[in-house]
Amino acid sequence: MIPIAWYLALSGILFSIGVAAFLIKRNIITVFMSIELMLNAVNLSFVAFSRNWSQITGHLQVSGQIFVFFVMVVAAAEAAVGLAIIIAVFRARNTLNVDQVDLMKL
Amino acid sequence: MHLALFIIFGALCVAGALNLLFQRHPINSALSLIVVMSSLAVLYLLLGAEFLAAAQVIVYSGAIMVLFTFVIMLLNAGEEQRTHGSKMAYFAGVPGAAILVSLLTFIFLSNRGNFAQARIGDYIASTGDLSRVLFRDLLLPFEVTSVLILIAILGAVALARKEH
Repeated sequence: MIPIAWYLALSGILFSIGVAAFLIKRNIITVFMSIELMLNAVNLSFVAFSRNWSQITGHLQVSGQIFVFFVMVVAAAEAAVGLAIIIAVFRARNTLNVDQVDLMKL
Repeated sequence: MHLALFIIFGALCVAGALNLLFQRHPINSALSLIVVMSSLAVLYLLLGAEFLAAAQVIVYSGAIMVLFTFVIMLLNAGEEQRTHGSKMAYFAGVPGAAILVSLLTFIFLSNRGNFAQARIGDYIASTGDLSRVLFRDLLLPFEVTSVLILIAILGAVALARKEH
């Protein structure tokens, strides 16, 4: 028996590592991967809260897991479109460094 | 049993995420992200989410990461170089993430009395339980996501097409 709060703390740790990687990494593909890491951390907290609610109400609650299902579907669509955008950016600029893709900067 | 599995796979998750952060080559980051996602599938199983554990392995560590590694190899991405902007992000990002991690873990762990205790094997959500909700109460959102996927496929093909 372990407390659900540990799962939530693990999800917080993973999310923070994702935030740090998003800020530090300079490769556009790695930045995109850290977004996926953050999505996964939030999914873990959804599943943990779903389990917590089941435990409190005394019967099975699946709403949190349905949320995770929809997040997965949207993440798959987002990955396909995002990687297509990365390919288009690479074709136009011939680089993957985010510091060199700053055309919209003043 | 539950504690041991949680510690092993939780540590594997954190180690994989840190490896993603510290590796310079994107293919190494992608492989460590696969480790993170697969260990998360085990944690879902511990929480009784059977269907999501299978979907996590198939969708995330299967489909999405294959897409990522495919794009890394297609674009022949090499090691990332440090630039001036990355140094600034380093000084802002590391303390910010440290504050965020300490705040989140402090809030969750100091309120752990309000959360239930999870025991392995209780409240297992089978595929049937999930699909009863999904296809009865949430049929419209489910169908809308299928349209979203279709639009995403069309968008991906249109964006990645070589222009003549």
